[in-house]
Amino acid sequence: MKMTSTQHETQAATAATGEQFEPKIIAFCCNWCSYAGADLAGVSRLQMPTNFLVLRAMCSARVDPEHVLRAFSKGADGVMVLGCHPADCHYIGGNYRTRRRIALLKMLLEQYGLDPERLKLEWVSASEGVKFQNTVTDFVEMIREMGPNPLIEAEKQHKAERAKYGH
Amino acid sequence: MAKKVSIAQYWGAGCGGCDVALLDIDERILGVAEMADIAFWPIAVDTKLKDVEAMPDKSITITLYNGAIRNSENEHVAKLLRQKSQIMVSFGSCACYGGIPGLANVTNKKAIMDYVYNKTFSSINPDETLPQVKYQAPEGELELPVLYDTVLTLDDVVDVDYYMPGCPPAVSLINEFLDIVEKHVKEGADLPPKGSFIASQKTLCDECGREKSYEPIDRIYLPHEIDIDPEKCMLDQGVICLGPATRAGCGAQCLNANQPCRGCMGPTAAVEDHGGSMLSALASIFRTADNETHLSEDDILKMMSEIKDPLGTFYAFTMPKSIIKRKVTERKAEVSE
Ligand code: SF4
Ligand code: SF4
Ligand code: SF4
Ligand code: FES
Repeated sequence: MKMTSTQHETQAATAATGEQFEPKIIAFCCNWCSYAGADLAGVSRLQMPTNFLVLRAMCSARVDPEHVLRAFSKGADGVMVLGCHPADCHYIGGNYRTRRRIALLKMLLEQYGLDPERLKLEWVSASEGVKFQNTVTDFVEMIREMGPNPLIEAEKQHKAERAKYGH
Repeated sequence: MAKKVSIAQYWGAGCGGCDVALLDIDERILGVAEMADIAFWPIAVDTKLKDVEAMPDKSITITLYNGAIRNSENEHVAKLLRQKSQIMVSFGSCACYGGIPGLANVTNKKAIMDYVYNKTFSSINPDETLPQVKYQAPEGELELPVLYDTVLTLDDVVDVDYYMPGCPPAVSLINEFLDIVEKHVKEGADLPPKGSFIASQKTLCDECGREKSYEPIDRIYLPHEIDIDPEKCMLDQGVICLGPATRAGCGAQCLNANQPCRGCMGPTAAVEDHGGSMLSALASIFRTADNETHLSEDDILKMMSEIKDPLGTFYAFTMPKSIIKRKVTERKAEVSE
């Protein structure tokens, strides 16, 4: 496989610091399906990377865009929103709103210069422990390839600029 | 009788509209002149910065600072006036949220300089000369302010006592604030708690008299694409109106002129991210299709692509105060650039 320059860079950075980039992932799970799915993955002892933190919301539609934006601004490298399959939302149509918001949020993130793939929407039912495992595993690997959330670096540069010019 | 109050008004990165807005209070300005001395107001009075520097600390009663913080001079004067004033008011959307100049955060200093001095149709600059911060002229060294990469708000650089949003603030709100100051000066009445917004606590929809049906919508119209019914809610007609996410207080001025709200008053107190709040509201009113279960996320993305410029639409006045604040570059994109 041909290495991308990003990988070269990542490897160079790794060699320099001796640390490998470990993505930090936030996974919002709705109470009625995806959280139960995550639980099933756990009790079934399915192997998964440990880079993610699950936050339970009553419904995927309870995940406000502000929650997602704040997760990124606080240093999450990727955010997942997991909810019930279409037609299965406990609150009838919550997930239909979610998917519209997530689509719009992805457009917004792209305008902010972030890779929209850093935000992922997936439907995971209570019986889909394996789907939860695969979704998380694939997402962590994709973000690992992508590298760290650039907001953190931008914040550092901004602080340096302020130190230089700020009175 | 000696005047009890002195007032300063300054412009940072703004358009001058806020300075003019203070004059829009008509004959009341005479009352202000009676009540207060003008300590510093570059648009109207010939006072120099060194005069301000010579004033004792806290000797100015109120400074109304308009405009965002975009260069070292904006910041320097903000800090100087903060030191010399008892009360600092963040006046107008630019000072409060970054305002329209804050949209410069979609790009950066290097790209802006390059565009303005090299790329515009009217620039002829074969040597690609850019303004320098210091220049040795025969008469001595000249200095220009440093342009910042990121547009900031007033409260990013100094402590702010009151916020008065609006682009520019509505005359009614300016008058409300002057009443507060007058009562304080003449009768010793208490000032509002620090950090207060001189505006309403409700959302604009509350102040807007239009009839709402809460009917879902199928598509978005730009204001010029349809005949807007002046009685009905803009959103019901498919025209993006930032009312549900925006703080009331302006008297729904744009709606009265049959134009949608673009959000100059910024978000309500309960919300941190103005655009996120509007995004959420707008996404929720799109119709749920009968074939919803057969739609893929790509179909949904296509549906939402009706909204052409989410960042410019939802954050027209508040990008520097948004949670993300400025555009960034992914490492991958940097390498390929
Ligand atoms: S808030 Fe509006 S009127 Fe005031 S300076 Fe900014 S752009 Fe001009
Ligand atoms: S969305 Fe706009 S037009 Fe509709 S009620 Fe709110 S402010 Fe009025
Ligand atoms: S209607 Fe909206 S854009 Fe117009 S003045 Fe009021 S807050 Fe500002
Ligand atoms: S309850 Fe699971 S998406 Fe609404």
